[in-house]
Amino acid sequence: MSGRSSGPGPGPSAASSVERPALGSRHVLERTEFPSLLRSLRTAGYRTVGPTIRDGAIVYGEIRQESDLPIGWTDRQEAGRYRLEQRADAALFGYNVGPHSWKKYLFPSRERLFTAVRDGRSFVVQPEPVDPTPLAFLGVRACELAALGVSDRVFGKAGDPSYAERRTRTLRIAVQCGQAGATCFCVSMKTGPAVTGGHDLSLTEVLHEGRHYFLVEVGSESGARILDGVPLRPATEDEFRSAVASVGRAAASMGRTMDTNGLRDLLVLNPENPRWEIVARRCLSCTNCTMACPTCFCQTTEEVPDLSAEKSERWRRWDSCFNSGFTAVHGTSVRSTTQSRYRQWLTHKLGTWYDQFGESGCVGCGRCITWCPVGIDLTEEVAAVRTAPGDAPGGRVAP
Amino acid sequence: MGASARPRLGVFKFASCDGCQLTLLDCEDDLLAVAERVEIADFREASSAVLEGPFDLALVEGSITTPAELARIAEIRAQSKTLVTIGACATAGGIQALRNFGDVREFARVVYARPEFIQTLATSTPIRDHVPVDFELRGCPIDKGQLLEVISAFLGGRAPNVPTESVCIECKRRGHVCVVVAHGTPCLGPVTQSGCGAICPGFHRGCYGCFGPQDTPNTGALVPKLSELGMDPSAVMRVFRTFNALAPAFRAAGDAAEKESSP
Repeated sequence: MSGRSSGPGPGPSAASSVERPALGSRHVLERTEFPSLLRSLRTAGYRTVGPTIRDGAIVYGEIRQESDLPIGWTDRQEAGRYRLEQRADAALFGYNVGPHSWKKYLFPSRERLFTAVRDGRSFVVQPEPVDPTPLAFLGVRACELAALGVSDRVFGKAGDPSYAERRTRTLRIAVQCGQAGATCFCVSMKTGPAVTGGHDLSLTEVLHEGRHYFLVEVGSESGARILDGVPLRPATEDEFRSAVASVGRAAASMGRTMDTNGLRDLLVLNPENPRWEIVARRCLSCTNCTMACPTCFCQTTEEVPDLSAEKSERWRRWDSCFNSGFTAVHGTSVRSTTQSRYRQWLTHKLGTWYDQFGESGCVGCGRCITWCPVGIDLTEEVAAVRTAPGDAPGGRVAP
Repeated sequence: MGASARPRLGVFKFASCDGCQLTLLDCEDDLLAVAERVEIADFREASSAVLEGPFDLALVEGSITTPAELARIAEIRAQSKTLVTIGACATAGGIQALRNFGDVREFARVVYARPEFIQTLATSTPIRDHVPVDFELRGCPIDKGQLLEVISAFLGGRAPNVPTESVCIECKRRGHVCVVVAHGTPCLGPVTQSGCGAICPGFHRGCYGCFGPQDTPNTGALVPKLSELGMDPSAVMRVFRTFNALAPAFRAAGDAAEKESSP
């Protein structure tokens, strides 16, 4: 691999890309030049992952060429329902978030942590190497950047070595949403749809008056380096305004809202609210909401000894507060009912997450609403707890 | 070999298709490791060399469907320190438990030229209905990895690590797209125990419930969804009455659907 030679050839725009774009600067990448961004990522040694269509949904997977992206597709989402639809245009990012989240790359669903091998009367621990390939996340939405920030703080506080190692090698190319899904509520959670930080590059796709281009904003030095060899030109005021308008349309069309005013106290003071019993009748305790959630981090570790008892592997897997085994102590589950599990999940996510990490655990992406097989909607549950005659004010936990 | 030092294993079959025993043979390389750690005293699917009991570990496949089986399971229990049942037949009566919802004499009359030669019980029942069982390994058929875990746990003197969570969590860990939400396909995954590796949803099919109910199965919440996706009450009844028809949660759901389907 010779770095520069695989970049775009000399052309009228190549000269302008020699000077490295400054942080915060705004540029235009024409749609036809988009492949040069993918080439540049490859040249820089990144494995690019991003949205791609598989099994009737937009999931995250390998992006080797632009045709791997869901060009001309969109998603229609509702509580418990997701369908792909063809768009009238050929947008590259004309959809909202799907069933996957970026956490699968930083916190894999199954991961061997180490192997212990018998050595006489003792044992030797063989650490598990982390794949050193740097990852470029392409198409990170504002709510997802927020979720990555939440995860950084959770895993950072826990001092998780494999998460940290993967995280430092990750480039984040954000895409500002030009539309909102029916289960989106990032405006309520103040996480989007505008990208305000945590990105290396931010793209806004504009299809306007027969033109198709990306407004590119530089968020970091690593992002700026990727733009070497990518044909850019400075954005005009009009182009910038079109991009802002597109994000404005997304903000104005949120499918859901959630009143977050005093939410932590509301939930903490309502452990006996009758709504928990009502939602438990519908809840399958199947874990889908927590698996789809970009910030849910619950995990279990297990020892897997081989039959010879000569070595034992330690694995960790995604776990969920909706599993009875998650709170099993001496063989008995502390949260034996679905009611107690749903209450725990929602109260932690929206309330006691503040006590633990100083912020909400919810970013308003709406995945838990869409991917609940029976369509339980946390925004509806929160509204119901607010209005139901519960234990608040004061509540039984007040003393 | 020092054979006497190794725990003695017996593998026994009752009313079943042999598929769960085959899972043990299917362990291939791991089977050699098993054979090094245990003495395979009685495993007729694998070898005609049969040794007498007692057994340290008995793996029992199949359900109880005849008077002779009733006597034989009591004898095996008496000879076995640890008895583990394997598969849907042994743990929930199997597909043959569908007889429990009909008239077995009528079936025998239709199927056999001389039904008077047939000695059978009116029901097919799981092993635990007749003798104490130390551990039940679910599945139709059982999963190879879980079987090795059970054997490994027995050898190590610890409890087996066999999660009782839903199939959904396996689907999500594998990155499968939910067939209910994205395709509108009816699926028993949310009420079914994991262990199979979410095979069917991985091939765009709904889960058929081969591993029986998960530990907190809310069939009452899933059935309206199945109906919404086009299943009428008789279809709902049939989907709960397959390999695990006698598992209590599936039995209740199947019975409720039957009531609804017969006006």
